[in-house]
Amino acid sequence: MADHIVKAYDKELEILGRKIAEMGGIAEKMLSDAMDALVGFDTRLAQTTVDSDPRLDLLQRDIEEQAILTIARRQPMAVDLREIIATIRISGDLERIGDRAKNIAKRAIKIHSEMHIPRATIGLRSMHESAAILLKDVLDAYAQRDAERARDVWTHDADLDALEDSVFRDLLTFMMEDPRNISFCTHLLFVSKNIERIGDHATNIAETVVYVVTGETLPMDRPKGRTTLSEAPTTVV
Amino acid sequence: MNTMSNEQDDGIRPAAENSATAVQAMNPVQSQPAEKPIPQAVAKAAPLKQKVSIRDLKFYYGDSLALKSISLPLYAHRATAFIGPSGCGKSTLLRVLNRMYDLYPNQRAEGEVILDGVNILRREQDLNLLRARVGMVFQKPTPFPMSIHDNVAFGIKLYQRLPKAELRDRVEAALMQAALWGEVKDKLNASGLSLSGGQQQRLCIARTVALQPEVILLDEPCSALDPISTAKIEETIDDLKENYTIAIVTHNMQQAARVSEHTAFMYLGELIEFGVTAQIFTSPEKKQTQNYITGRFG
Repeated sequence: MADHIVKAYDKELEILGRKIAEMGGIAEKMLSDAMDALVGFDTRLAQTTVDSDPRLDLLQRDIEEQAILTIARRQPMAVDLREIIATIRISGDLERIGDRAKNIAKRAIKIHSEMHIPRATIGLRSMHESAAILLKDVLDAYAQRDAERARDVWTHDADLDALEDSVFRDLLTFMMEDPRNISFCTHLLFVSKNIERIGDHATNIAETVVYVVTGETLPMDRPKGRTTLSEAPTTVV
Repeated sequence: MNTMSNEQDDGIRPAAENSATAVQAMNPVQSQPAEKPIPQAVAKAAPLKQKVSIRDLKFYYGDSLALKSISLPLYAHRATAFIGPSGCGKSTLLRVLNRMYDLYPNQRAEGEVILDGVNILRREQDLNLLRARVGMVFQKPTPFPMSIHDNVAFGIKLYQRLPKAELRDRVEAALMQAALWGEVKDKLNASGLSLSGGQQQRLCIARTVALQPEVILLDEPCSALDPISTAKIEETIDDLKENYTIAIVTHNMQQAARVSEHTAFMYLGELIEFGVTAQIFTSPEKKQTQNYITGRFG
């Protein structure tokens, strides 16, 4: 796209975009660290993850302030307006993703000593894989302003929802087998919910990216995991 | 079958969600009310009626072509904003709508401007009548050197002979509509020139609405005003939509976004894009429009 007549305007937008990228990087790392900590019983890594959350919060606040200032200063229109609104929305989603990852890390610290069924985390690991891909793809889609790729993320979140369903059933089975499993399995249920929510934030970001690029909003109802489950059971792992 | 094709060919959808087709295909007789709901800003219940249809309008200053085949509608009880860089022809277009250009030799218009079904560019058009129906307010306030009351009464007296009391009522009503009454009701005999710039501009609006026109043309009415006066004029414009059709030329993009329901972007004598204001300023279809409203090199 052509440059603005006022160069400082371009600079401001560029800085906002760069900060989103930085937030994205931190959120991605927090998620993978939290899951590694959980699966590997690594409380130190879990604590590091918890500790990196304030940085994300700070960046989000920074982005919001900069975005508001830019709106006040430049009265952005059309694509610029969409860009700036997008940075506010995406930074909000990334901050929430950080919170979810932090929550997973906290649970990893809590249950590291009592978790004695390693296979209980297998389903969670596939969920994490799936969520990590969604997050990476949507951040790439944002960086490249690629609406098609964002749309893909938007439709693929359904896979994650389906996985959550099967994790739920697995954990339920463990709990019924032995009441001593209930405590840590409940924590794992929350972990799966956290990952599922991270997927939702990724789809939010996907919607925002489509809006930035095309000016269109995606439909209210996106494909749901549970319908995938009942309609096409073969796709469920 | 008939209704089917009507729905599809119905060039101007008053909702004008599809602004590109709206410009290309002009269908003056809006026989069918729009089925589609109008988005956001224009969401008033009644279907849109074309008060003015500009069709294939060309305008010449001597030999030079200033407007290159412009076609667009002005909808009744709506404000249409004209934006574009200096020299793009937006003021020229406004001057055609009340045939102001007739005052100057060597200026001529081709094409049609249909006001309520009648082409006002035709030779037999009574210009005084036209200018009473299509009023204009200029960039700089132009009060006459006479009292506030007489400024407003002046135009009325040209067209009608009214008893004094009735004339005073008309003046009051006009000043009310222009949102000036409260500020001047105790000094109607003071000179119009004693008012502030913003008040003078509203006095000019009062003078225009006193004639009970149908269309009001505003040529950068706020460019010489401070933000408070500007806000008052914009408030006035909102009220005026109740009774009039409004066309406003403005260099202030935010103002266009605030006061209008439809926006036309012009460039070098051409109409680049016409559409619903909310859409033009959030996601215009044409690159040129985008570059202009976002302040980019074109």
